[in-house]
Amino acid sequence: MSLDLNNATFWGYRRENGRMGVRNHVIILPIDDISNAAAEAVGNNIKGTMALPHPYGRLQFGADLDLHFRTLIGTGANPNVAAVVVIGIEEGWTQKVVEGIARTGKPVIGFGIELHGDHDTIMRASKAAKEYVHWATELQREEAPVKELWVSTKCGESDTTSGCGSNPTVGNAFDKLYEQGNTLLFGETSEVTGGEHLIAERCRSDEVRDQFMFMFNRYQEMIERHKTSDLSDSQPTKGNIAGGLTTIEEKALGNITKIGKKCVVDGVLDKAEEPTGPGLWFMDSSSAAAEMVTLCGAAGYAVHLFPTGQGNIIGNPIVPVIKICANPRTIRTMSEHVDVDVSGLLSREMSPDEAGDALLEMTLRTANGRNTAAEALGHNEFVFTRLYESA
Amino acid sequence: MIHFVVHDENDSVGVVVVEGVKAGDEMTGWIMDQDKEVAFKAASDIPIGHKLAICPLAEGDTVIKYGVDIGRVVADIGTGEHAHVHNIKTKRW
Repeated sequence: MSLDLNNATFWGYRRENGRMGVRNHVIILPIDDISNAAAEAVGNNIKGTMALPHPYGRLQFGADLDLHFRTLIGTGANPNVAAVVVIGIEEGWTQKVVEGIARTGKPVIGFGIELHGDHDTIMRASKAAKEYVHWATELQREEAPVKELWVSTKCGESDTTSGCGSNPTVGNAFDKLYEQGNTLLFGETSEVTGGEHLIAERCRSDEVRDQFMFMFNRYQEMIERHKTSDLSDSQPTKGNIAGGLTTIEEKALGNITKIGKKCVVDGVLDKAEEPTGPGLWFMDSSSAAAEMVTLCGAAGYAVHLFPTGQGNIIGNPIVPVIKICANPRTIRTMSEHVDVDVSGLLSREMSPDEAGDALLEMTLRTANGRNTAAEALGHNEFVFTRLYESA
Repeated sequence: MIHFVVHDENDSVGVVVVEGVKAGDEMTGWIMDQDKEVAFKAASDIPIGHKLAICPLAEGDTVIKYGVDIGRVVADIGTGEHAHVHNIKTKRW
């Protein structure tokens, strides 16, 4: 019996700006590496909060700094986050991130360490975090139509079963969600190399096509500038190659099956930029898994579909990452990491529609609260994309 | 039992989807887009997920998968032989 999405709903948290979230995190967000210790101390003091330490945030400048702020603000603004305590070494940049997150209407407050020290900052931030936890834990889920769920996708540790099975499963699900009017996203700019003409053909307008080709060419130029080989072992990775993928073109064709057959590319986003309407969006992004999923979270996406071949195991602190796999050996040897098993596709025990429906069912269950394998295993990879060195 | 899959009947390679394929094994392949079956022998040991040539490929040929150019042949590949980084390279970088 196939899944009917037309009347499907999920239960999520309606945020102040109207967006629907599927988790209810209170996060302690450090602006910079110096503030990690204080953020982690607050996360330890107040149960029910989660600190998001990371290595960057000092002496960045230009577009790289803009991306850093966009990623921080976007992470706090994500609808899976109920409230945010921001900590930075000084007040200026701290308040800039607070103001960015505050535009959503959600509770957010910031603390600068200079003139206070770690102890005083930890105390004041802990008091604020505790109040947020009392408040957030009383919020209730409400019902919403499935189209209000923002869904992103990226594949990882791909092999040839990705292109044959797990990626087309996402494509089947994406085609069905697209018809409902969902807001969707795909990216991995370098990884469409060899298939970029196929994506260009599916862009809604000349303007979107030009924007896509601009992002694509910009990434190619960066690779040409820095490469010392044909990128074998990096892109495709050693894991891809061990799994049977031979060239970037082959990987790209498998990659592109994630956007199905019916989705039109409606718009193009820069890294960590939020979409302005429903449809399928292409985001310029790294193919490194944790970097890309972190960018998806910063762009406001609530759930991530992650098809894998050889067994990618990353998660994300605020976005549930659903792992789909069609490789019977991976399912046998790394089963704790897999949420949806579609290996039946390759033995013809499962049809593409059945696989797509199984994924959509798991997506709804995840939205309604089921913790994914990555969540249960504590995989909270939070990785910033850098554009160049700090000054 | 399906031993390998092919996306499109005009492809030059298929993907082995079971473990333990050895040279000499009789194999059944499923051509997915046209929903047809094809059969022949493996000419090499081929790990799960790896490709085999489903027609003879000569050095300089273009490899077709998904109906599209996915690289160039850098060393001759016989039908049923393992097709991978030792005999196929990217055209792009």
